Amino acid sequence: MTEPVRAFVAALLAIDRLTLEDMVAGVVAADTLAPIDDLVVPALEFIGEQWEQGEVSLSQVYMSGRLCEELITGLPRLRFVEDGNGNGNGSGDGWGAEGATGDRPLRIGISTLDDYHLLGKRMVCAVLRASGYRVRDYGTADAATLAGHVVRDDVQVLLLSVLMLPSALRVKDLRAALDAAGQRTRILVGGAPFRFDPKLYLEVGADAAGATAADALALVRAAEEALT
Amino acid sequence: MNSLQRVLTTIGQAEPDRVPLFLLLTMHGARELGLSIHDYFADPRHVIEGQWRMRAKYRNDCYYAFFYAAIETKAWGAEVIYSEDGPANCGAPLVRDCEEIRRLRPPRVADSPDLKRVLDTIAGLRARDGDTPIIGVVMSPFSLPVMQLGFERYLLLLLERPELFDHLMRLNEAFCVDWANAQLKAGATAICYFDPISSPTISRPEDFRRLGKPVAARTIARIQGPVATHFASGRCLRIIDELPETGPAVIGVSADEDLGDLKRAAAGRLTLLGNLNGIAMRGWDAAAAEQAVKQAIAAAGPGGGFILSDNHGEIPFQVPEETLLAIADAVARWGTYPLDWIERESSA
Repeated sequence: MTEPVRAFVAALLAIDRLTLEDMVAGVVAADTLAPIDDLVVPALEFIGEQWEQGEVSLSQVYMSGRLCEELITGLPRLRFVEDGNGNGNGSGDGWGAEGATGDRPLRIGISTLDDYHLLGKRMVCAVLRASGYRVRDYGTADAATLAGHVVRDDVQVLLLSVLMLPSALRVKDLRAALDAAGQRTRILVGGAPFRFDPKLYLEVGADAAGATAADALALVRAAEEALT
Repeated sequence: MNSLQRVLTTIGQAEPDRVPLFLLLTMHGARELGLSIHDYFADPRHVIEGQWRMRAKYRNDCYYAFFYAAIETKAWGAEVIYSEDGPANCGAPLVRDCEEIRRLRPPRVADSPDLKRVLDTIAGLRARDGDTPIIGVVMSPFSLPVMQLGFERYLLLLLERPELFDHLMRLNEAFCVDWANAQLKAGATAICYFDPISSPTISRPEDFRRLGKPVAARTIARIQGPVATHFASGRCLRIIDELPETGPAVIGVSADEDLGDLKRAAAGRLTLLGNLNGIAMRGWDAAAAEQAVKQAIAAAGPGGGFILSDNHGEIPFQVPEETLLAIADAVARWGTYPLDWIERESSA
């Protein structure tokens, strides 16, 4: 880890907004998108690993993602999460990474399944947003309703955050519904059941599982590479 | 030894006849009776019969009078979503604007038909069997707000609204104490105090010291019976030295931490309850179940102070009966004191 990333991590964990803003401003002078790759992504990945090892708490992971989200959305090139009806809080109608090239940027959706435990989804949104991605947020839905949204929007990558085992098992229903509709969407899952049983994602027909919100970013990037 | 003697001996940090087994089964009782989960919990007689049958079948050392966590927020007026294959879950948060906390009033236990069903279950179990511990359950005042407010709103409240947090804790502590003592009065032997937000998995240890710990100390001191603090799969090693000050005799520990390390850290001050991985348990065959039980007993069984259980405080509905029987068989085979086999196997 580089010294600037180490300092950025320390400032995130200390919720030191002034230092964070100074550091981002220093990098922005050179390139408006540089803070994302130079500071935010490695810092959030490191904090995610530290959580997995029991060294930092979920509240710190949450606040780090939220702070990064605030910092990045303050950059001149705004990123935003929009809801499942396509209503965002920023400008632009498209999907995908800010500054992405190509005719069709990545269409990413996110949801929970039959569950009002929303923090995991919120954290993944923050990390993706802080990393320059747009994500369409479908909120909380059952498998059939969510499949309908995914097909309607032709979502390429769907992230699912679950807390309870029954919700994790519903992914199987979702996959079946998407298969029946001929919709080839990559399903990326995360949450406690997938952490306590690392093979569960295969059983329910997901394409990959992440242990942390930062893992979601690596999985999205891998999916993006595979699709382009 | 009967189950109560077995448990009291191990909590006294001595070796009973065998390692006590707490299979914390809730929804499986519905399967025993051929009922839906919703219908099962609708009538205390079902739960009494289900718990009775499961104790006999799995040689369990406790009855577990836990219905589902959201039963508490339902008593506060929140929505509950029932499921055919899992615990009833909390619906949309009761409090959507933190200012609403000022208008909240704790429910009276006697006014809630749902809580009354739990009390009737405990009383019915106690009438049938005086020799087996009955475990009642409360959500800690510090953890309940996740269901009352939603997790994100609660984290922000902790950071930004100390006065409202203190007010909410006063309300929740009053309810928690009343609810715990009502269960004890109905016949519960001990109370399981679920406090995942105090776990370092969720909160920084310094935040536990500042917030969750004083709440736990105040609350547990007013509960008129023994208490087990359970972190519902969350870690606790980094705060274990401070847990005795909050008053529990037992702590529920996570599969994420090494049971041997936890046992050494507990150092005779606390009894460990855990730490079989309930999610992975779905896929265990008999050999895997036996291996997991052996491993846990080898790590924490010697000297007493250990109750074998799952790591979350509720075994998922999807865990099959065969696996539960395999766990019970393995406890009978490998959990009988003295645990001489541990030394033999380690020297071999």
